[in-house]
Amino acid sequence: MSNPFAGWVWNGGTIAFFLISLVVVFAAVMLLQFRKVMYMALSIGLVFLGMAGLYILLNADFLAFAQILIYAGAITILMLFAVMLTRHDEVEDPPLRDPKKWLTALGCLALGAAMLWTIRNTPWSSPPAQPPWPVQKNVAAIAETLFTGYAVPFELVSVLLTVALVGAVILARKEG
Amino acid sequence: MAPVGSFLALAAVLFCIGLYGALTKRNIIIVLLSVELMLNAANLNLAAFARMGIAPGIAGQIFGLFSMTVAAAEVAVGLAILIALYRNRNSTDVRDMDLMKW
Repeated sequence: MSNPFAGWVWNGGTIAFFLISLVVVFAAVMLLQFRKVMYMALSIGLVFLGMAGLYILLNADFLAFAQILIYAGAITILMLFAVMLTRHDEVEDPPLRDPKKWLTALGCLALGAAMLWTIRNTPWSSPPAQPPWPVQKNVAAIAETLFTGYAVPFELVSVLLTVALVGAVILARKEG
Repeated sequence: MAPVGSFLALAAVLFCIGLYGALTKRNIIIVLLSVELMLNAANLNLAAFARMGIAPGIAGQIFGLFSMTVAAAEVAVGLAILIALYRNRNSTDVRDMDLMKW
């Protein structure tokens, strides 16, 4: 049995990774465990915030702030709105009462085990000490790449957002 | 710095939790939230490979930004469908929405 922590550099970033991933996995499990829909929506907000912390650990500052603004801000609040607009006193069935849920849980566990086994047995290159972009200029690097190499996808995404906006208005509009 | 495999493992765990939630939860809002969790796990993979994959570079973060935008559009349309369904069926239970079930 080889040392599972071979090649790890123990510094603040590693400890922060462990703490944040603990919080994220805990909040994700609570999402499954809570029975009130309101609590579920709030616990996924915690997951999104933890993911933003992981992005900061990965030197992806802009992605982290976009995560906080879009996911933890907009999407969680939209979901809370949806909960309040529908039946917000609704409760889920207690977990794992139904035998079909056991089968689903087994399938998900098998998929997770297969993925973890693959990750464990793949030789990964050791992480470079410095990210390939200037650390303090993450936003500038993203902007430069986005508006030179990815200008066409950027425009297409703006078209997609417009279409989604119009589609959402048409779908949610009252008939007649 | 934790190696790339630990980030991938965390993303895999989150993906499986999201998959389980999407398959078993009864409330359609929670199903949407679980799908968001799965999308987020994929985003974490993109950011991890951008920082310390075989060919690290800023492109992974750009892919992550695009998938976040698509996720936002998906939530907007999904919630609109949800509100329209709630208005017609007066329910948020996925079991009541079997109109297209064969």
